[in-house]
Amino acid sequence: SNDSEDTELRFVTCQSLWNQIKSETEQIQEDLNKQLFDNLVNFLRRSHSEFQEKTAEWTCRMKSREIPTAALVLGVNVTDHDLTLRSLSEVLQDNVTPYVALLEAKDCPGIKNLIQKLMGQLMNCYIDVGSLEDEDSVQVSQSRIRCSMTSLINWYGNVTKKTDSETPSKKTTSSSRHWQSPPVVVVFKDLESFTTKVLQDFIVISSQHIHELPLVLIFGIATSPMIIHSLLPHSVSSLLCIELFQSLSCKEHLSTIIDKLLLTPQFPFKLGEKVLQVLLNIFLYHDFSVQNFIKGFQLCVVEHFYSQPLSVLCCQLVDSKKRVNSLSHDQCENIRRLPSFRRYVERQASEKQIALLTADDFLKETIQKLLEELHVYHENYVPVLRCLHVFTSSLPKYPLGKQIRELHCACLENRVWETEEYESSLQLARMLNKSDLVTMLQQCVEIFVSSSGKEFDKTAEKLEEFLTQFQKLEAEAFQEQDVSVSSQKELQKKTDLYHLQKTLLELKESRRSKKLTKFEMLRFEVVDYIDSLVRNYLVPADHKTLHEIVYFNTASVLRGHLNAAPRTALHTALNNPYCYLKNEALKSDGGNISNKAPDICIAYKLHLECGRLINLVDWLEAFSTVVTAAEGPNADTPSSDQVDDIIHARFIRAVSELELLGFIKPSKQKTDHVARLTWGGC
Amino acid sequence: GIKVQKDKTQLTVSVKRFVKKLDNISDYESEEILEEKNYVAALGIRAEGSVRNGSCVSGGEVYLFQTPKRSSKMAELASELAQTPGQSVVPGHSECPEKTAKTPQSSSNFLWAELAWKCNLKKKEFVSTTPYRLRKRLSAPDSYLESESEYSASCSEEEDEEDQKEVSTVSTGQKTPAKTKATSVPPPRNTLAKKVKEDKMSNLVEEYFEAHSSSKVLTSDRTLQKLQKRRLNQQTLHDLLKKAPLAYAAEIKELNQQHESLFSKWMLQLHLGFNIVLYGLGSKRDLLEKFRTSILQDSVHLVVNGYFPSITVRSILNSITEEVLDHIGTFRSPLDQLEFIIRRFKEDSSLELYVLIHNLDSQMLRGERSQQILAQLSSLQRIYLIASIDHINAPLMWDQAKLSLYNWLWYETTTFSPYVEETSYENSLLLHQSGSLALSSLTHVLRSLTPNARGIFRILAQYQLENKDSPSYPGLSFQDFYQQCREAFLVNSDLTLRAQLTEFKDHKLIRTKRGADGVEYLLIPVDDNTLTDFLEKEDEDV
Repeated sequence: SNDSEDTELRFVTCQSLWNQIKSETEQIQEDLNKQLFDNLVNFLRRSHSEFQEKTAEWTCRMKSREIPTAALVLGVNVTDHDLTLRSLSEVLQDNVTPYVALLEAKDCPGIKNLIQKLMGQLMNCYIDVGSLEDEDSVQVSQSRIRCSMTSLINWYGNVTKKTDSETPSKKTTSSSRHWQSPPVVVVFKDLESFTTKVLQDFIVISSQHIHELPLVLIFGIATSPMIIHSLLPHSVSSLLCIELFQSLSCKEHLSTIIDKLLLTPQFPFKLGEKVLQVLLNIFLYHDFSVQNFIKGFQLCVVEHFYSQPLSVLCCQLVDSKKRVNSLSHDQCENIRRLPSFRRYVERQASEKQIALLTADDFLKETIQKLLEELHVYHENYVPVLRCLHVFTSSLPKYPLGKQIRELHCACLENRVWETEEYESSLQLARMLNKSDLVTMLQQCVEIFVSSSGKEFDKTAEKLEEFLTQFQKLEAEAFQEQDVSVSSQKELQKKTDLYHLQKTLLELKESRRSKKLTKFEMLRFEVVDYIDSLVRNYLVPADHKTLHEIVYFNTASVLRGHLNAAPRTALHTALNNPYCYLKNEALKSDGGNISNKAPDICIAYKLHLECGRLINLVDWLEAFSTVVTAAEGPNADTPSSDQVDDIIHARFIRAVSELELLGFIKPSKQKTDHVARLTWGGC
Repeated sequence: GIKVQKDKTQLTVSVKRFVKKLDNISDYESEEILEEKNYVAALGIRAEGSVRNGSCVSGGEVYLFQTPKRSSKMAELASELAQTPGQSVVPGHSECPEKTAKTPQSSSNFLWAELAWKCNLKKKEFVSTTPYRLRKRLSAPDSYLESESEYSASCSEEEDEEDQKEVSTVSTGQKTPAKTKATSVPPPRNTLAKKVKEDKMSNLVEEYFEAHSSSKVLTSDRTLQKLQKRRLNQQTLHDLLKKAPLAYAAEIKELNQQHESLFSKWMLQLHLGFNIVLYGLGSKRDLLEKFRTSILQDSVHLVVNGYFPSITVRSILNSITEEVLDHIGTFRSPLDQLEFIIRRFKEDSSLELYVLIHNLDSQMLRGERSQQILAQLSSLQRIYLIASIDHINAPLMWDQAKLSLYNWLWYETTTFSPYVEETSYENSLLLHQSGSLALSSLTHVLRSLTPNARGIFRILAQYQLENKDSPSYPGLSFQDFYQQCREAFLVNSDLTLRAQLTEFKDHKLIRTKRGADGVEYLLIPVDDNTLTDFLEKEDEDV
C-alpha cells in the first residue's frame, strides 16, 4: 500500500525542493553579507598599506603602534554569528590573506591558551596553502614550539620569506590572490564573553610587535560597540585603531528571506497562516535567529511531504500535470476526501458530480485544471499583495501592519476586505495627498510590469491611465487655486464677527453640497480600483480548491516540535492523567483527581499540600490511606502503624520518581524529611 | 475659620486629583493588560491542537511562589480522596475551610479588615505597636476547634498551635465581617479592577514573607524508626514491586504503541540533520530500547545510560574512539578527543553513528562542559542523537548556542511507565543502603593493585573501623599513617606512601582533608558496614 501513495517520489521531491530552498537561502545570505564583507576587505587593505610601505617616519611609527581593529556589530542573534563569521573568514582567505584565526571565548580562559589556539590555527592554515609533504613535520613542531609571541613572529618571517621565494614556481594561483606579506587576521567571535585580562594582555603584547607582525583584529559584538570601552581601559583601547561595521539587522534579513522564499511563485510549497505565525512568533519573541526560522521552514517541508500523501503533486506545474496522470486509484480517493475538493464537487452539476466521484480519468483532468488555477492564483496573488502593501505601509498608524509579512498573514487568515483594519485603511487611503498617491501608483505600475502574471498588462495600463489623468489635473488645479485664494481674500477683509460667522456657515454649506473636486473623484476611483484588485486576487488560500496539496497548515505539530513545554506536559500528566490514559476510572472534573490515579499522581497531589519540608511518615500514611481506599472496601482497613509492604514499596517508588523529576530532594534539616522544590501546580 | 476652610478645599482638590490619578493608572494598566493578552494570544496560537496535547496549561499555574501551608493538610486531602470514591466531587466543596485556605487572596484580605475592627474596639495603641503576629493572636477567637484535624496531636505543639489559630481566624473572619464590609463601602467602579489587583499583589507579598519568615519547620516529628518498619533494601523493593500489578497496563500499552508508530518518522528526521529529544512523564527507556531493537539492529549505535552514577563524557568519548573508530591511544583532554572524532567523521563519509542517551539531564551529564561537548558531537552530520530528559528543569541546561548545535526536535512521549532502572541508583531515604555497588567497586579496584598497596589500604580501613564510634573522628593523620605502614614493612619512605595515596585518590578510594591544625587527614568515604564487609571478604580471599 506504501507505493500507492508515492512515498518514494514524495521523498525525492521533498529533498530536491529543500535543496533548492537551501541554496536559495545561502545565496540570499551571501548577497546580504556582500556589502559588509567588501567594506571589511577595503578596511584591511587600507590599514595594511602602511605596513607595506614601511615608512620610517616617527609619526608613522607612533601611529603604527596602533592595531587596526574592526568592530563588527552583529546583533543579538548569537546563534547566527557563527555562520556569518565563518563565511567572512572564507572570504578573507580567498581574497586577502591565508592567515585567519577564529577565536572563541570558551577556548581562551587565559592568555596562554589564546596564543596556543592562535598559533595552532595559523600554522594549520599554512599547511593548507603550502605543499602537503611537510604536514607531519609542522604538526610535530607545533606541539613543541614554545607558544610565545616571538615564535609567532619567527614563524611569520619564515613563512613570508618562503612564499616570496616560492611564489614564481609553485603557487602562482594562490599568491596572486593574496597580497605581498599578507596581514594576520584574528577574529574574536564573541567579544563579550572574553575575560578582560586576556584581551588586555593580548592587545598590549601584540601592539609591541605590530612592526614585525601585521596584525588586524576583528571583534564580533552582539550588544553595542560601547562594550569595547567597558571591557578595556583607556590605556589599552588607545592601542587600537577601531572602525565600526554594522551587519544587517536580523529583521531585515528575515524580511528578505520571506520575500524570496514565501512571496514568490518559484517554490510550489507554501506555508499556511497559522504556521507562518508560529514561526514568526518564535523569531520575534524567542531568539531573533534567522537560522532557526529556516530550520522551522525545513521542518514544515518535511512534515508536509511526510504527512500529506498528495504532496507528491507539490512540485512545478509542468511536473505536477504529468504526475496527475500517473496517480493511483488510492491517491484519487485521497483527493476526493480533501475538504476543499468536496466543497468544489458540491458546487458542480449533479452529472458532473457523479463523474468526479466515480471516474478517475475525468477526475485527473479536473485536477490538472484546478492545479493550473491554483498556480495562476499564486502568480497573481504576490503582485497584488505587494501593491496593496505599497498603499498600506505608508498610512498613519499602519492599520494593516508595517511589514509585508503581516499583510500576508492577514490575507491568508480570512477575506482581508471584510476586516475592520482594511476598512479603515481604505478610508485613510482616500485621504492621501496627490504626490504620495502618484508615487505609490508609479510603484504599483513597476510591480505589475515586472510580474510574470499575464493578466496584469491591463492592470498596469489602467494604472498608467490614472497617472496621466493626475497630470492633466495639475493644469486645471491652477485655476481652482485662484478661486480659493480670492475667496480667502474676501474672508480676510471682513472683520465683523457676525459676518465672519455667516460666511463660514455659507462656506460649510457650499462644501457639503458641492460636488467633489476632480482630484477627489479620481482618488476615489483609484482606491476603488485597488479595492477591486484586492477582492479579485487576494482571496484566502484555504478557499481555493486543492490548497491542501501545497499548503502546510498543522501549526500544532510545528509548535510541539520546536517550542515544546516539557514542564507543562509533566504537569498535565500528574494532575490529569486522564489526558493520556483514557480510562473511565480516571475521569474527573475540576481540579480533583480520583484516588485510582497512578501512584505517582497521588503522591504528587499529596505533596502539593505541604510546605517547604515534607515528613515522609505522614506522607506514607496519607498515601496508604488513599491507596487502600481505592483498592476497595473489602480490603481490611489497616491501622495507621501497619502499612502493607507492597504499598510501602509503591510509595518508595513514587517518591524516588518524584525525586528524579526534580520535585523534591532529600533534606538533612530534620530526620526523615524531604524538601519541596516547586510551588506551582495546584 | 478661614484657614480651616482653605485646608478643606485643598483637601478635596487633592482627593480629586488623586482619584484622577487612579483613573489614569487603571486606564494605563488595562491597556497594559490588553497588550499582555495580545502577547499571550500571539504566543498561544495552537489551533486544532491535538487531543492529547499536555501543554495547554497557563504558566501561572505551573510556576508559583511558595505559600504557607498547614501541616495537617495532607492528611485531610488524603481522607478526602479516600472518601470520595472514583470521580464524585463534593458539591459544596468550595465552601469548606480547606478551600479558603487554599485561595487566601480573598480571605486574608478580610482578616485585615476584621483585625482593624477588633483592635479599634479594644485598644487603639495596639494597632501601632504590636507586631503582626501578636496582633493576630490577640484577635484570635476561641472557636478554632471546628477546623482541627485528628492528626494535630502528633504535631510539635507550639508552632502548630499558632498555625491553627491563624487558620481559624481566616475561616471565621470570612463569615461575618467580610460581607458587611463588602456591601457597606462599594468602591468606585473604575478603580475596582485596580484595587483587586493591588490586593492580590499585597497578598502575594504577605504570603511570601509569611512562608519565608521562620526557619522553623511546621511538620510533625514522627520518624520512620517509630513506624516499626524494617527498611527495605533494593532487592526486596524490587521483589515487592514485581508482585504489585502495573496499573492501567492496557492504556499504557496503547500510549506506547502510539509512540512506536513514530519510529520511521524519527529515522527520517534524524537523517535530515535534526536530533530528537523525548520528554514527558514516565520512563522512556523501554521506548528507546524498542526503537533500537526494531530499527537500529544493523547500524552502528551507542547506548548511553545517563542515569548511571559514574557515567562521564569522557567515557562516552572513549567508547566512540575505541569501539566505533577503533583508535588505540589516549588523549590529553576531552576537547582533543572531540576534535579527533570530528576530524574522523569529516574525513570518512562512510561513518555513521546513532547515539541513544537515556537521561541526558542526569547528574553526571548536566554540567555545562559535558553538554557543550555532547552538543558539538550531535551537530556532526552523521552522528544521530536521540535522547530523553525527565527533570523539570532540564531545558535550563541549554543556552541558545547549545540549542542551535543540538538542533532538537521535541517529542512528547508520556509513557507512565515506572522509572525502574533510572531510580535504582538513587540514594533514596527510604531504602536501607546495601552499599553493594560501592563494595564491588572497592574490591574491583583493589584487586588490580599490588599486595603492598592492599596492605596500606587495609591499615587505613581498620583504623577507621576502630574509630567508627567517635563522632568527631577526623581521619588518620598522614604522619601516623606513615608510621604504621613503616612498622608493617609496607613502605620505606614517605615518598612511596605519597605515590600510593595519589593512586588511591585517583580512584576515589580515599579522601584527604586538612584539619584545623594544618595536618593532613585521610578518610575512606564509604560507610562502615560496607567497609566491614570489605574487610571480611578480603580475609576470605587471603
